[in-house]
Amino acid sequence: MSCVEQMKYKLYLERISFKEARDYIEKSSEEVYYVDPGYKIFKDYYIIGVPPVAMGVRGKEMLFTFVKPCHGTFVMGIDSEEEIARLRENEKEKMKRLLKKGAMKDEKRSQQLQISFNKIYEN
Amino acid sequence: MDECNTCLLIMGCPEVPVQMSVVLYLSNKLNKSGRDVTVAGTDAALKLLKVADIEGHYVEKTMDVDQCIADIVEKKINFDCCFAFMHSDAGLTYAATMSAISSAKLYAVIFGKNAEPLSDSVDFPAEKIVAKAVHNPVPLKSKIDRVIA
Repeated sequence: MSCVEQMKYKLYLERISFKEARDYIEKSSEEVYYVDPGYKIFKDYYIIGVPPVAMGVRGKEMLFTFVKPCHGTFVMGIDSEEEIARLRENEKEKMKRLLKKGAMKDEKRSQQLQISFNKIYEN
Repeated sequence: MDECNTCLLIMGCPEVPVQMSVVLYLSNKLNKSGRDVTVAGTDAALKLLKVADIEGHYVEKTMDVDQCIADIVEKKINFDCCFAFMHSDAGLTYAATMSAISSAKLYAVIFGKNAEPLSDSVDFPAEKIVAKAVHNPVPLKSKIDRVIA
Protein backbone atom coordinates (compact mmCIF):
# COMPACT_ATOMS: atom_id res chain seq x y z
CA MET A 1 0.00 0.00 0.00
CA SER A 2 1.47 3.35 -1.00
CA CYS A 3 1.64 6.29 1.38
CA VAL A 4 -1.03 8.12 -0.63
CA GLU A 5 -3.68 5.60 0.42
CA GLN A 6 -2.85 6.21 4.08
CA MET A 7 -3.16 10.00 3.81
CA LYS A 8 -6.24 12.17 4.15
CA TYR A 9 -7.46 12.40 0.58
CA LYS A 10 -10.58 13.30 -1.38
CA LEU A 11 -11.74 11.07 -4.21
CA TYR A 12 -13.26 13.02 -7.11
CA LEU A 13 -13.57 10.33 -9.77
CA GLU A 14 -13.09 6.59 -9.59
CA ARG A 15 -12.67 3.63 -11.94
CA ILE A 16 -12.39 5.72 -15.08
CA SER A 17 -9.95 5.75 -17.98
CA PHE A 18 -6.70 7.66 -17.70
CA LYS A 19 -7.81 10.06 -20.43
CA GLU A 20 -11.03 10.90 -18.56
CA ALA A 21 -8.99 11.56 -15.42
CA ARG A 22 -6.62 13.85 -17.30
CA ASP A 23 -9.57 15.78 -18.83
CA TYR A 24 -11.12 16.25 -15.38
CA ILE A 25 -7.87 17.58 -13.90
CA GLU A 26 -7.39 19.95 -16.84
CA LYS A 27 -10.93 21.32 -16.53
CA SER A 28 -11.19 21.49 -12.74
CA SER A 29 -7.86 22.98 -11.73
CA GLU A 30 -6.74 26.57 -11.35
CA GLU A 31 -3.25 25.59 -12.48
CA VAL A 32 -2.28 22.56 -14.54
CA TYR A 33 1.22 21.10 -14.74
CA TYR A 34 2.45 18.23 -16.87
CA VAL A 35 4.92 15.75 -15.46
CA ASP A 36 6.61 12.63 -16.78
CA PRO A 37 5.35 9.19 -15.72
CA GLY A 38 7.32 8.13 -12.66
CA TYR A 39 7.18 11.63 -11.08
CA LYS A 40 7.43 11.06 -7.33
CA ILE A 41 4.94 12.63 -4.94
CA PHE A 42 4.86 12.42 -1.16
CA LYS A 43 6.99 9.70 0.38
CA ASP A 44 6.73 6.88 -2.09
CA TYR A 45 4.12 7.28 -4.81
CA TYR A 46 5.40 7.31 -8.38
CA ILE A 47 2.80 8.60 -10.83
CA ILE A 48 1.65 5.96 -13.30
CA GLY A 49 0.32 7.45 -16.51
CA VAL A 50 0.12 7.93 -20.23
CA PRO A 51 2.00 11.12 -21.16
CA PRO A 52 1.10 13.96 -20.90
CA VAL A 53 0.38 13.34 -17.21
CA ALA A 54 -1.63 16.27 -15.84
CA MET A 55 -1.45 17.41 -12.23
CA GLY A 56 -3.66 20.18 -10.94
CA VAL A 57 -3.62 22.81 -8.25
CA ARG A 58 -6.87 24.05 -6.72
CA GLY A 59 -6.32 26.30 -3.74
CA LYS A 60 -4.21 24.30 -1.30
CA GLU A 61 -5.15 21.04 -2.90
CA MET A 62 -3.14 19.04 -5.41
CA LEU A 63 -5.15 16.95 -7.87
CA PHE A 64 -3.51 13.89 -9.38
CA THR A 65 -4.20 10.53 -10.98
CA PHE A 66 -3.89 7.26 -9.08
CA VAL A 67 -3.94 4.01 -11.06
CA LYS A 68 -4.73 0.55 -9.75
CA PRO A 69 -4.42 -2.37 -12.19
CA CYS A 70 -7.73 -3.97 -11.20
CA HIS A 71 -9.75 -0.80 -10.63
CA GLY A 72 -8.68 1.71 -13.27
CA THR A 73 -7.82 5.34 -12.67
CA PHE A 74 -8.89 7.57 -9.79
CA VAL A 75 -8.64 11.34 -9.42
CA MET A 76 -7.46 12.19 -5.92
CA GLY A 77 -6.96 15.46 -4.12
CA ILE A 78 -4.63 16.01 -1.17
CA ASP A 79 -3.89 19.30 0.59
CA SER A 80 -0.16 19.86 0.39
CA GLU A 81 1.47 23.24 -0.01
CA GLU A 82 4.84 21.49 -0.04
CA GLU A 83 4.00 19.29 -3.02
CA ILE A 84 2.40 22.23 -4.86
CA ALA A 85 5.56 24.29 -4.36
CA ARG A 86 7.65 21.40 -5.68
CA LEU A 87 5.36 21.10 -8.71
CA ARG A 88 5.78 24.82 -9.48
CA GLU A 89 9.54 24.59 -8.99
CA ASN A 90 9.68 21.56 -11.27
CA GLU A 91 7.82 23.56 -13.95
CA LYS A 92 10.26 26.47 -13.59
CA GLU A 93 13.20 24.11 -14.05
CA LYS A 94 11.52 22.57 -17.08
CA MET A 95 10.99 26.02 -18.64
CA LYS A 96 14.62 26.95 -17.95
CA ARG A 97 15.81 23.78 -19.68
CA LEU A 98 13.51 24.45 -22.65
CA LEU A 99 14.65 28.06 -22.97
CA LYS A 100 18.28 26.98 -22.77
CA LYS A 101 17.66 24.34 -25.42
CA GLY A 102 15.89 26.94 -27.61
CA ALA A 103 18.71 29.43 -27.15
CA MET A 104 21.25 26.78 -28.14
CA LYS A 105 19.21 25.95 -31.24
CA ASP A 106 18.97 29.67 -32.19
CA GLU A 107 22.71 30.05 -31.70
CA LYS A 108 23.35 27.04 -33.92
CA ARG A 109 20.94 28.38 -36.57
CA SER A 110 22.55 31.85 -36.55
CA GLN A 111 25.94 30.19 -36.90
CA GLN A 112 24.67 28.25 -39.87
CA LEU A 113 23.17 31.39 -41.44
CA GLN A 114 26.35 33.40 -41.21
CA ILE A 115 27.11 34.73 -44.64
CA SER A 116 29.68 37.24 -45.70
CA PHE A 117 28.82 40.48 -47.52
CA ASN A 118 31.09 39.36 -50.34
CA LYS A 119 28.84 36.34 -50.87
CA ILE A 120 25.74 38.57 -50.96
CA TYR A 121 27.21 40.92 -53.56
CA GLU A 122 28.54 38.04 -55.65
CA ASN A 123 25.12 37.65 -57.24
CA MET B 1 15.19 -11.06 -28.64
CA ASP B 2 18.93 -11.93 -28.85
CA GLU B 3 19.99 -8.90 -26.83
CA CYS B 4 17.44 -9.53 -24.07
CA ASN B 5 19.29 -11.12 -21.19
CA THR B 6 17.16 -9.66 -18.42
CA CYS B 7 13.41 -9.78 -18.94
CA LEU B 8 10.54 -8.27 -16.99
CA LEU B 9 6.99 -9.57 -17.31
CA ILE B 10 4.41 -7.12 -15.98
CA MET B 11 1.03 -8.62 -15.23
CA GLY B 12 -2.16 -6.59 -15.32
CA CYS B 13 -5.28 -7.38 -13.33
CA PRO B 14 -5.55 -11.19 -13.18
CA GLU B 15 -9.27 -11.32 -14.01
CA VAL B 16 -8.74 -12.58 -17.58
CA PRO B 17 -7.73 -16.27 -17.38
CA VAL B 18 -5.28 -16.39 -20.31
CA GLN B 19 -2.87 -14.00 -18.61
CA MET B 20 -1.66 -16.36 -15.86
CA SER B 21 -1.32 -19.28 -18.24
CA VAL B 22 0.71 -17.26 -20.76
CA VAL B 23 2.87 -15.60 -18.09
CA LEU B 24 3.86 -19.03 -16.69
CA TYR B 25 4.50 -20.29 -20.22
CA LEU B 26 6.56 -17.27 -21.29
CA SER B 27 8.56 -17.13 -18.07
CA ASN B 28 9.48 -20.80 -18.42
CA LYS B 29 10.45 -20.35 -22.10
CA LEU B 30 12.66 -17.37 -21.31
CA ASN B 31 14.23 -19.07 -18.27
CA LYS B 32 15.00 -22.18 -20.33
CA SER B 33 16.74 -20.04 -22.94
CA GLY B 34 19.10 -18.78 -20.21
CA ARG B 35 17.52 -15.43 -19.55
CA ASP B 36 17.04 -13.82 -16.17
CA VAL B 37 13.28 -13.36 -15.70
CA THR B 38 11.35 -11.30 -13.15
CA VAL B 39 7.56 -11.28 -12.98
CA ALA B 40 5.88 -8.21 -11.48
CA GLY B 41 2.24 -7.89 -10.54
CA THR B 42 -0.30 -6.91 -7.94
CA ASP B 43 -0.55 -8.81 -4.69
CA ALA B 44 -3.49 -10.84 -6.04
CA ALA B 45 -1.77 -11.68 -9.31
CA LEU B 46 1.41 -12.77 -7.52
CA LYS B 47 -0.58 -14.97 -5.12
CA LEU B 48 -2.30 -16.68 -8.06
CA LEU B 49 1.08 -17.23 -9.66
CA LYS B 50 2.75 -18.58 -6.52
CA VAL B 51 -0.06 -21.03 -5.83
CA ALA B 52 0.05 -22.29 -9.43
CA ASP B 53 3.85 -22.61 -9.37
CA ILE B 54 4.40 -23.36 -5.70
CA GLU B 55 7.89 -24.79 -6.16
CA GLY B 56 9.01 -22.06 -8.54
CA HIS B 57 9.56 -24.29 -11.55
CA TYR B 58 8.43 -21.66 -14.03
CA VAL B 59 8.93 -18.35 -12.23
CA GLU B 60 12.02 -17.75 -10.15
CA LYS B 61 11.79 -14.06 -9.28
CA THR B 62 8.74 -11.95 -8.50
CA MET B 63 8.13 -8.44 -7.26
CA ASP B 64 5.32 -6.02 -6.54
CA VAL B 65 4.52 -3.99 -9.65
CA ASP B 66 4.52 -0.59 -7.92
CA GLN B 67 7.83 -1.36 -6.20
CA CYS B 68 9.20 -2.40 -9.58
CA ILE B 69 8.18 0.98 -11.11
CA ALA B 70 9.74 2.80 -8.13
CA ASP B 71 13.02 0.85 -8.42
CA ILE B 72 13.25 1.53 -12.16
CA VAL B 73 12.63 5.27 -11.64
CA GLU B 74 15.28 5.32 -8.90
CA LYS B 75 17.63 3.41 -11.25
CA LYS B 76 18.07 0.55 -8.80
CA ILE B 77 17.09 -2.00 -11.44
CA ASN B 78 16.62 -2.15 -15.19
CA PHE B 79 15.82 -4.75 -17.81
CA ASP B 80 16.74 -5.39 -21.41
CA CYS B 81 13.18 -6.19 -22.37
CA CYS B 82 9.73 -5.97 -20.89
CA PHE B 83 6.52 -7.81 -21.71
CA ALA B 84 3.61 -5.69 -20.45
CA PHE B 85 0.38 -7.69 -20.28
CA MET B 86 -2.79 -5.66 -20.72
CA HIS B 87 -6.49 -6.11 -21.28
CA SER B 88 -7.73 -2.80 -19.89
CA ASP B 89 -7.00 0.92 -19.80
CA ALA B 90 -5.12 0.50 -16.50
CA GLY B 91 -2.84 -2.11 -18.07
CA LEU B 92 -2.18 0.25 -20.95
CA THR B 93 -1.33 3.00 -18.47
CA TYR B 94 1.28 0.80 -16.78
CA ALA B 95 2.80 -0.11 -20.17
CA ALA B 96 2.97 3.58 -21.18
CA THR B 97 4.73 4.29 -17.89
CA MET B 98 7.27 1.54 -18.57
CA SER B 99 7.87 2.98 -22.01
CA ALA B 100 8.61 6.39 -20.47
CA ILE B 101 10.81 5.34 -17.54
CA SER B 102 12.81 2.42 -18.92
CA SER B 103 15.14 1.81 -21.84
CA ALA B 104 13.93 -1.81 -22.09
CA LYS B 105 12.59 -3.03 -25.41
CA LEU B 106 8.87 -3.09 -24.80
CA TYR B 107 6.44 -5.76 -25.96
CA ALA B 108 2.78 -4.88 -25.41
CA VAL B 109 0.92 -8.17 -24.92
CA ILE B 110 -2.71 -7.23 -25.57
CA PHE B 111 -5.54 -9.71 -25.02
CA GLY B 112 -9.14 -9.94 -23.81
CA LYS B 113 -12.44 -8.95 -25.41
CA ASN B 114 -11.28 -5.46 -26.31
CA ALA B 115 -7.85 -6.42 -27.58
CA GLU B 116 -8.15 -4.64 -30.93
CA PRO B 117 -9.44 -1.21 -29.79
CA LEU B 118 -6.95 -1.33 -26.92
CA SER B 119 -4.17 -2.09 -29.38
CA ASP B 120 -5.16 1.00 -31.42
CA SER B 121 -4.67 3.13 -28.28
CA VAL B 122 -1.03 2.09 -27.92
CA ASP B 123 0.75 5.17 -29.28
CA PHE B 124 4.10 4.71 -27.52
CA PRO B 125 7.06 2.70 -28.87
CA ALA B 126 6.24 -0.98 -28.37
CA GLU B 127 6.03 -4.15 -30.39
CA LYS B 128 2.42 -5.27 -30.18
CA ILE B 129 1.41 -8.89 -29.64
CA VAL B 130 -2.38 -8.92 -30.01
CA ALA B 131 -4.93 -11.74 -29.68
CA LYS B 132 -8.61 -11.54 -28.82
CA ALA B 133 -8.15 -14.28 -26.21
CA VAL B 134 -10.05 -14.62 -22.94
CA HIS B 135 -10.25 -18.31 -21.99
CA ASN B 136 -8.21 -19.95 -24.71
CA PRO B 137 -4.50 -19.09 -24.39
CA VAL B 138 -3.43 -20.79 -27.64
CA PRO B 139 -3.86 -17.78 -30.02
CA LEU B 140 -1.80 -15.57 -27.68
CA LYS B 141 0.80 -18.30 -27.11
CA SER B 142 1.22 -18.73 -30.89
CA LYS B 143 1.84 -15.02 -31.36
CA ILE B 144 4.34 -14.94 -28.49
CA ASP B 145 6.15 -17.96 -29.97
CA ARG B 146 6.70 -16.01 -33.19
CA VAL B 147 8.33 -13.16 -31.24
CA ILE B 148 10.59 -15.23 -29.00
CA ALA B 149 11.54 -17.83 -31.62
